[in-house]
Amino acid sequence: MNEFPPEFDPARLIQTMSKNGHNKLIGTRYHGHGEGWCELALPYSETLVTDTATGILASGPIFTLMDMATSLSIWLKTGTFQPQATLDLRIDYLRPARPGNTVIGHGECYHVTKSIAFIRGHAHDGDPEKPIAHVAGTYFFTASA
Amino acid sequence: MKTSFSPYAQTMGFEEQRGTDGRLVIAMPYSDGVRGRPGFVHGGALAGLLETVAYATLSEALGEDDRPLIKPVNVTATYMRGAVEMTTYARATIERLGKRIANIEAIAWQDDINKPVAMAQINVMLDRSRG
Repeated sequence: MNEFPPEFDPARLIQTMSKNGHNKLIGTRYHGHGEGWCELALPYSETLVTDTATGILASGPIFTLMDMATSLSIWLKTGTFQPQATLDLRIDYLRPARPGNTVIGHGECYHVTKSIAFIRGHAHDGDPEKPIAHVAGTYFFTASA
Repeated sequence: MKTSFSPYAQTMGFEEQRGTDGRLVIAMPYSDGVRGRPGFVHGGALAGLLETVAYATLSEALGEDDRPLIKPVNVTATYMRGAVEMTTYARATIERLGKRIANIEAIAWQDDINKPVAMAQINVMLDRSRG
């Protein structure tokens, strides 16, 4: 429905974002998108492990993955690149990601007002029917205040 | 007690410090690796810092002889101010430490502890079933 100008290609935007800053450090990649949703991938890395004995990924990178996927979903919902900031984000860790598996984060923006975007999402490590985490949260448009 | 940092904490560049009151404080120096939108720390990096200080504070409270697996149940992070290009500090308060569940609150700040940049409510499960 929403038409993005060519320079606003979400896949390219995400690929660019993944080359910089915190996303580069943890290694988030583009995985897919559609109207109002975005998927990112977090390949397994030993540098992101919480406990070397178990090899389980720390929860922090999964939080970042979901923060990124849900914030990008807002631009895909509105079709405009409005500056925004996270107001709050809640994550429920259903179970740990299996060591070695890439984690896929699905973010969805399900409602926007003039000032606030409402998001939800989930993450899985291979089987979308068996999520490892769920998130819910809000963002505010910093230019609308 | 020295907290042994995880590979993730090392990747993030976290540093263990002590407040003047002796409380555990974890510092996250600013680097390109924690940057989100230009000029600001990424919200995910702040959440990771808040979680790390919460688990480390809990581990300290449990002591050397009690080492359950700390399993995160959920984290609710609230962002109050943009965290700019400087070191961010965090500390945690254990609101309740039960046999199976602990409730922890963590705050992060930069130049003034009375102006937090983010806070988190963190619930964890303590699993003593191993071993």
